[in-house]
Amino acid sequence: MEMVQGRFENFVSGIGRVIIQNINGLGSIFKFMLSFFYWAVRPPIRPRLLFEQLEFIGNKSIFIITLAGSFTGMVMAYQTYFGFQLINVDSLVGPVTAISLARELAPVLTGLIVAGRAGAAMAAQIGTMKVTEQVDALEVMGINSVQYLAVPRIIAGTLSVPMLSVFFLFIGNVGSYFVGTKALAIDEAIYLSKLGDFMFLTDIWQGVIKAFFFGFVVSVIGTYFGFSVTKGAEGVGKGTNLAVVWGMISVLVLDYFLTSFLVQVL
Amino acid sequence: MLHFENSAVEIKNLTKVFGEHTVLNNLNFDIPKGKITTILGFSGAGKSTLLKHILGLHKPTSGQINVLDRDLSKMSEVDLREFRQKFGMLFQYAALFDSMTAKQNVEFPLKEFTSMTPEEVNNRAETLLESVGLEEFSHNKLPSELSGGMRKRVGLARALALSPDIMLYDEPTTGLDPITTKMVNDLIVETGEIHKEQQMSSIIISHDVQATLKISDYVAFLNRGNIVEYLPASEFAKSEHPLVQEFINL
Ligand SMILES: Nc1ncnc2c1ncn2[C@@H]1O[C@H](COP(=O)(O)OP(=O)(O)OP(=O)(O)O)[C@@H](O)[C@H]1O
Ligand SMILES: [Mg+2]
Repeated sequence: MEMVQGRFENFVSGIGRVIIQNINGLGSIFKFMLSFFYWAVRPPIRPRLLFEQLEFIGNKSIFIITLAGSFTGMVMAYQTYFGFQLINVDSLVGPVTAISLARELAPVLTGLIVAGRAGAAMAAQIGTMKVTEQVDALEVMGINSVQYLAVPRIIAGTLSVPMLSVFFLFIGNVGSYFVGTKALAIDEAIYLSKLGDFMFLTDIWQGVIKAFFFGFVVSVIGTYFGFSVTKGAEGVGKGTNLAVVWGMISVLVLDYFLTSFLVQVL
Repeated sequence: MLHFENSAVEIKNLTKVFGEHTVLNNLNFDIPKGKITTILGFSGAGKSTLLKHILGLHKPTSGQINVLDRDLSKMSEVDLREFRQKFGMLFQYAALFDSMTAKQNVEFPLKEFTSMTPEEVNNRAETLLESVGLEEFSHNKLPSELSGGMRKRVGLARALALSPDIMLYDEPTTGLDPITTKMVNDLIVETGEIHKEQQMSSIIISHDVQATLKISDYVAFLNRGNIVEYLPASEFAKSEHPLVQEFINL
């Protein structure tokens, strides 16, 4: 009996510990976010670093976004078609695919891809700089490491994800159009006219606004876990891993809350 | 305990507590201008913590730190950042920015903090690299393509770029082979000599007793957050402090 009770207490205190650790973690991410805002608006501004990050996070993601977008659009067209033809509304494949892409798939998948690619790279780069004392070297020179390393990455991430998401949306629709009109033989004129009838600018806006927040959160998390690395190569691996996992989870959780808010205001 | 008329760093009653752990305990320490002073001590004694206080990267729990006659506690964050340009620091593994070439590393502080033209920056960086003995064909190599000793040279050139008043060396020879160790020690002495007129002060953190006694002017022994022995290097080996004897004879 005592043993069972002991185990139960261990279990409860274990849960308590995990909760407290996560609350502490949230607190320090929040503090980190505040220091980002503090340093983002202070001189000197280093445009070259921002462009380097835009190039890396934005430009260098285009290939993978093209792949992901086109296949997502294509598969969505198929899935929608097989449902819709049962009730003879297969002409609506275009707008349904487009709306799902605009509101959900483009921003969420782009967010997830950037979390995996750029979020991981941010954590790995900053983490490596941390353990090799490059971050200390900056600080000793009087350069704030958050301003130098985190600010350009977070701004670039916040700007890149919405742009990539719009690109994803466009490519996805191209994929859907080809599958819909060529493989599934929906009439081209009907496809396009229905698209125009049912798809609105608010659908696109909703996705863009979400993508903006996803970009911000994924980059904050990526840079935060980079700075939180303390020990050795193993620490860098762990930080990178945490950045990807929490970046992706945040996108999914945030998506729910943003959606429930945006459907009311837009 | 030694005191100096002309000190680069004056520390009075410095205490630093991390959580419940007192790392520096009412420490008093004077570091002279224009000399090489080494801080020895066992791992965990608080050497790096002390260094970070001198740099103003850590705030004391209590006590006062004057660097070059300025009270760090009275300086704003902005002043402190600017003030750090008076320091140069050579890190244990050089801490070169690994995305930049050797020369770009040296140019970095010049570009950030001076209004030199690109050509002046380039010339100054080349002069600095030559002065620490890095051959020209290595100037455009990335840190990953340089040996440990060469990286140290570049790190030293970068630290010297803004003509610091105080040079800090964190375990400059730990983990180096004997020949490179000698080279780095020679570089430290040479650097001190070259900047003698300017009264550059060098502060070294080290584990290497033999080299320390050879190259330093003064040696301090830090134990459990306190300076327990502080002597001219020539007298240090004769210290009667049991911990110092234990450390020397390790
Ligand atoms: N930021 C910090 N937060 C909490 N404790 C710290 C912090 N920095 C250092 N300490 C603790 O202070 C003590 C002294 O650390 P410090 O790094 O100054 O020692 P050191 O003399 O440089 O040792 P080493 O030779 O191993 O580098 C250690 O017990 C360390 O755990
Ligand atoms: Mg140390």
